[in-house]
This record gives sequence, C-alpha cells and structure tokens, in this order.
Amino acid sequence: MTLSRRKFIQLSSLGSASLMVPEFLKGFGYSPVPLAGNKVLVVVQLSGGNDGLNTVIPYRNDLYYKARPRLGIRKENAFTLSDEAGLHPKLPGLKALFDDARLAIINGVGYPQPDRSHFRSMDIWQTGSSPREVLQTGWLGRYLDGAGMGNDHSAMAIEVDDTLSLAMKGAEKSGIAVTDIRSFHENSSNSYFRKLASHDEEHHAKLADYLYKTLRNTGSAADYIYAQSKIYNSTATYPATTLGRSLHTIGSLIISNAETRVYYVSHGSFDTHVNQADRQAKLLPQLDDALTALVTDLKLNNRFNDVLIMTFSEFGRRVAQNASNGTDHGTASNMFLISGGLKRAGLYNPFPSLEDLDEGDLKHQIDFRQVYATILDKWLQADSKEVLGHKFDHLSFI
Amino acid sequence: MELWEKNKLLHARAAFGSALPAFERPLPMQDVVKELFAVKEFEALQVVSEQEWMAYDPKAMKAAGETAKLREMKQEFKSKTIDLNLMWLKQMVETSYPLLEKTALFWHGHFATRNDNPYFDQLLLHELRKNALGNFGDMLRAVSKSPAMLQFLNNRQNKKSHPNENFAREVMELFTMGRGHYTEDDVKEAARAFTGWNFDETGSFVFRERQHDAEPKKFLGKKGNFNGDNILDIILEQKQTALFITQKIYRYFVSDEKVNDKHVTELAGRFYESNYDIASLLRDIFSADWFYSSTTVGAKIKSPIELLTGYRRLIPMYFMNDRTLVYLQRVLGQLLFYPPNVAGWPGGKSWIDSASLATRMRLPEALLGARELDLSMKDDGDMMANHKTGSGDYSVRRNFRTGNMMVNWDTYLGFWKKYPKDNLPDSLASFLLPVSIGTKQLQEVDGFADKASDESYIKSLTILLMALPEYQLA
Repeated sequence: MTLSRRKFIQLSSLGSASLMVPEFLKGFGYSPVPLAGNKVLVVVQLSGGNDGLNTVIPYRNDLYYKARPRLGIRKENAFTLSDEAGLHPKLPGLKALFDDARLAIINGVGYPQPDRSHFRSMDIWQTGSSPREVLQTGWLGRYLDGAGMGNDHSAMAIEVDDTLSLAMKGAEKSGIAVTDIRSFHENSSNSYFRKLASHDEEHHAKLADYLYKTLRNTGSAADYIYAQSKIYNSTATYPATTLGRSLHTIGSLIISNAETRVYYVSHGSFDTHVNQADRQAKLLPQLDDALTALVTDLKLNNRFNDVLIMTFSEFGRRVAQNASNGTDHGTASNMFLISGGLKRAGLYNPFPSLEDLDEGDLKHQIDFRQVYATILDKWLQADSKEVLGHKFDHLSFI
Repeated sequence: MELWEKNKLLHARAAFGSALPAFERPLPMQDVVKELFAVKEFEALQVVSEQEWMAYDPKAMKAAGETAKLREMKQEFKSKTIDLNLMWLKQMVETSYPLLEKTALFWHGHFATRNDNPYFDQLLLHELRKNALGNFGDMLRAVSKSPAMLQFLNNRQNKKSHPNENFAREVMELFTMGRGHYTEDDVKEAARAFTGWNFDETGSFVFRERQHDAEPKKFLGKKGNFNGDNILDIILEQKQTALFITQKIYRYFVSDEKVNDKHVTELAGRFYESNYDIASLLRDIFSADWFYSSTTVGAKIKSPIELLTGYRRLIPMYFMNDRTLVYLQRVLGQLLFYPPNVAGWPGGKSWIDSASLATRMRLPEALLGARELDLSMKDDGDMMANHKTGSGDYSVRRNFRTGNMMVNWDTYLGFWKKYPKDNLPDSLASFLLPVSIGTKQLQEVDGFADKASDESYIKSLTILLMALPEYQLA
C-alpha cells in the first residue's frame, strides 16, 4: 500500500512540475506523503563549542557556582529537569519535549585524549575517528559509500548549506549541499550544464567520467529535490532565522520525500570566550524556536516517530569561567536526541564529575561513536562496524 | 604525443598551466625541463618582521589588565596569516619560477600545520620554499625544528617527566614512512628522544638539556642514547622513507589514481641514492618517457589553488578587495595555512562534490563574465578565525560581486584574434583543456558561444570551455 502510494506520487511529480498534493488524497485524510517506517536522521551541528554546562545545568552542585561565580545560571532561572539538572531558560521548547518524553539528553559525551582545537576536534567528530587517527572521509559519507543496500539515490543525504561538510563526504559518494532549492535547481538547469550532463560519449580520462557522473547526480538530485518541494512546501510557521529557514526546508522535504535519509545543518558560532551569557541567550532561542517549529510540523504530518534529531558540538567548554565572562575550549559536553520514536527519553545519564577533572575539563563518560553506532545500526539500518571501523557498545535511546 | 601536447602536460603538472606563447612555439622537452629548474633568485615572503614579533607581547598586556586592547591586538596579529596567504597566492601568479611554488605547495600540504600564528607560519613557509627543490633531509630537519611544527604537534610539551608522542608518531606516519613500518614502541622511544626540543622567544630552536631523556633507547632495531636528530637520521636511512615520499610526489605530479608501482620503485631507488635530492627526483619524472603517455593525461584533478592560480596567470584579474580570494579559497575547499587536519588536503576526487563542482563550473563566468556567485562560506566555529578570514556570522551571506574586480583581457584577446574564426573552437579547446573532447561536444559548446563580435566570441568560448568538467583536470 505504502509503495503504490509512493510510486503514484513519484510518477505524478515527474509528470508535472507544478503538481500539488491531489485533493482526493487529502480527502482520504492522508498527510501529503505518509511514509511511515522510513527513518530519517537530522544532524544539527552547534559550531564553535557550545557550553554544555550552561545548557544543561548541574544546579545542585556548589562546585558549578564556585567555578562560575558570574556565569553560573541560578536554579530559579532555569527550567527544572530533575533535582539535579536544569535547562537553560531560553529553551522552553526543549523543556516541553523533555516533559513529553520526546527528548533524551546524554551527558558527558566526548572521546579519550580530547583535543581542544576547534578544527581538530570538529574533524574527529565529523569523521568519527579516534583522536589518534586522521580520516579523510566523514562518518555519514562512509555510511553513503557502504549503506547502498540497493539505495543509490542521488539525494540520500542533504546538507542545507552552500558547501558540503566533511561529515557528508565519502570515498565514492557524498551528500548534496543545497541552500535554496529553487536557485539550486535553476543553476543546475542551466541549459549548458544540462547539455553537458546528457553526454554519453566516452571520455578520454577516467576522472572525467567521475566528474560527469557527479554532474549528472547533481542534476538528478536537483530535479528530485525540486519536484519534492513542489509536492509539499510546509505552510507551518518557522522562525525567520537562517536556522529556521533551513529547518523549514528540511521539514518540507522530510514530509514530501521518500528517499533522503540524512539531513545536516549547522548553527553557531558558539565560541563564547567573551560575554558568553549574551551570545548563548541569542543562539539558544534560535535553536529552540527552529527545533520546536520542525517538531510541530513533523507531528502534524505524522512523521515525528520516524525522525531523529541529533545535536552535537565539537567540544564543551572549560568548567571555570575566564576573566572575560566567557569560557575557554573544553572537552565533553551533552547531546540532544529528539524523536517521537525514542525508546528512552529524559536524562540518559548523570552529570560528569565537577571534581574529578582533566586539566580543568570534564572527563567524558560516553564516547560519541557509541551514539553514532547506535544511530547507524538501529536507526539507519547500516553496519556501524563498517562505517566506524570498530564495534561500539550501543546506547538504548532508540 | 605531439611536442605541443608534451609541453602542455608538463606545464600543467610542473607549473600552473601553459602560457600563450608555448602554444605556438613549443620547445624541445629538455629545454622546458631545464627552464623549470633554473631558479635564479629566491624571494622570502614576509608579513611580520622579527621586531614586530618580539614586540608582540600579549602576556604583558594581559598583566597590565588591558583586555579590550589585548583582544584587538591579537586579532590584528592573527589576521596577518591571511596577509601571508594572499602574498603567497600573488607570488604563485606572478612568479617566473612556478615549479618552485608548485612544489612548495606540495610540501605545505605534506607538512600541514595550523597555528594561528603568522610569524610561525612565515618561518615554516620560508623553509618549505627554500628547500622545495633542495634536499628532503634538510627540509625534514628544518621543519621539525621550526616553531610552527614544535607547537602544532606538541613537541615543545614533550618532556622527560611527561613525554608527548604526538610529533614522534606523525613524523613517521605522515611525514616519512607511512603506517605499518614502525611499532608503538618505536613511537614511544622516538618521543623520548625528542624530549627537550623547544624554541625561544625569537622562534629559534633550542635544546633544553634538563628536559631531555638521555637514557638509552631502542628505535627501529637500533640501540643508543639517541636524541631527536639521531631519530631523524635513522628515519632517513630507511628506504621506506624514500618510497613513501616518492609515492606521494608521484600522486601530486603524475596521477591521482593510478600508481605505477614499477615506476615508483625505480624513482624511489634513485631518490634514495641521490640522498633525497628533490630536484633530481622531479627531473627524473619529467624526463621519463612514461610520463608523456595517455595514462598521465587528465589523471589529476586541479586543486582549488591550482585552479585559481591558473586562471590568473592566463588572464590577469585585479580584486578591489583581496579578501575575495579568501572567499574563493573557502568555497572551493582549500584555504592556504588552514589545512583540514594534520594530514593536509586529501586531494584527488575529494576536491569534488556536487557543491564544489557546481561552483567550479560557474566560476569562470563569475570571474570573467558578468554573473554573481551567491554562496556563503562555511564557518569553522572559531570566532577569532572567522573574524580574520572574514566569514563571520551565518546570517551574513557574503557573495562574490563581479563589480569588485577588473579583468585584463588585452594580451589574451590580442593573441587569439590572430586566429581565423573557424579554427577558434579547436584551438582554444586544445590550448585550455588537458584532454581532447569529441567533435560533437565541441560543436555543442560552440553553439552556446556569443558570436556577436570577435571579442565576445573569444571571451565566451573561453568561459564555456573553462566551465567544462575537463577543465578541472590537469
């Protein structure tokens, strides 16, 4: 049943570019394209190193206030998550998801021998490498390389950005980067490029074949994404921020789209060396508003159970505040996992110790690759050992 | 292969593409090779003088409590890394010795560091350019002792009481032998030997005897009271080092994909015999018959720096705001002095994804024509870095506006105007493209050209050919 409906939509969307959802389908009470069972991952990268301790706040711990006499967020100002933990006051949407058992918070996520450089630590998170090795493909890129499993769709993974992150680059396959679907389609529909892409002559260099293949894939991805965006463009209200617009694009595509399994978007910069309170108070509500809009949209269209939203940052920040009312680069931090299909919601594990520190930084309790492995195996039905090179113990949030 | 094609191939690999005269008057190959290696002068690139570096003292200012001034000074100082980036890029465009810069660019990716310190970057770049065509052993020693490397791979934190293995590991894994040719014990023992390596306030190497572990070590089967210099010597004694470097050089100058093991083994043998003379190795490659074969042609994807430099050497472009060039490096995926990690830029197919290919194909029109390129740069999260590289907030979309640049077509147009119109597509294609394209495709390209005037015809054909996937190859 699902398949035939999906086929119908696919065929019709190819037949007419301006096709909207057929009225009779709406009449049957269907959401535009209800494709239950197709699991989707949305990765939200918090660039710059978001301060985990002022996002999920250990407000029962005196050491926290001692280390942050001016930056510490007081208990009465934070949302209550438990006796131990509060949530940043600018995250009411996430608080509601938490109360609704749709949010899992994993504390103390990091890796051994943490690197405090933005670029190296981001590299480790994006490639899914150990701190000792340097990989040149991304973890989601390798998922695309191997994931195949018969699904070679050109739009398997989409990053809403103008350039593609390393996380999305594999050895043979990569995600598609697109910011504005219409201009992406227009650019790739340039008649010259189309003419070039249609070439089936044999090329004199093997690498030319690779470039033409990439060109054709981009063209078909642009067509596909554009056609899907015609099927359903969410009329739900998203905030008028960059992240809001990106999540609007992602929400619309998830609801209309059968093939894309991974979406990727970045938000930042959280590099709060100076006047952290102001900066977080600006960036966190942008995150909260945009995520809330996406979740609302997904719920309305019965897709929330099939979508897992994951946030991460390259590191958390130093436990103690610095002299500029900010915090310097640190280590482990928390991750948010949001879905209607969580098996275990709420505070996944206790805070890392504020006493037993590694040069003033938190010691990690959970390796980020455990989170990746869990998602790869249990959500994307991939082989995490193949993608990550090692077997990591699963977590139980899904 | 015709002499002209051989000239073109060598210029594509050993330089940043052919100059116009070579198209009409190709030279015998031995003359082209000779000219490439005839480096008569060497110009150091400097953005920070030693005095300025010595005067730069954030600690003193911090102690004085001048936080706002301190931040400004730091940002101002760090922005000079971008000045150095642009200075080197300009050098690549204007130099009479493109092989020197092209080879230095290889070493810049090989000995990748990222320090946010323009003075250290400048010192390291100097060593790389000075030794680019010199002796690999000399370069390895100089790089290992440069403050950029001592800082980046934490060798200065490597002390007897508390060894740090970072440099000891990478020097073998990435810079000399490659994985699988040493053990974890070799890493530990080498790290002990490197203890005490540091630099002083001028950035000069110092050996701090008290932090050095002078006890005996066992390294790669040898025993002795080794210090860091001894370790580098032992590494250079390994034939594997010559093989590893030759493989990487071969990938850079000959082919991204197909490595001919027989050729590489022969080259590496002679490289080792020459005691690591880089110029000999390159001359060996560029003089080999097998280099000028159809398997070499089009077997490389141009790096963003090669691509940008190639355009500019052919058709001079002036940017009102040279930060535009920073923007272009970022959207194309290669910003000098900001390698993605310690392994440098992976190169080859990794330059190309849907987004970067689309950007490359639209770039000629943006640079030479009249279209704007509306792409935002990736933020690397570092507030300071964003400030100095001009990317800033996500909400700020900085696009590339053609009004901000001037293109000087004079020489280029003057050259091609001599050619009869019916020959133009053929001639331009064989000049601009590393590989030939089919007649049918060339006709199609020609079909898109603007034939209103001789000038517009030459310009539009050039832009259309530069937009081809084939133009991305070398």
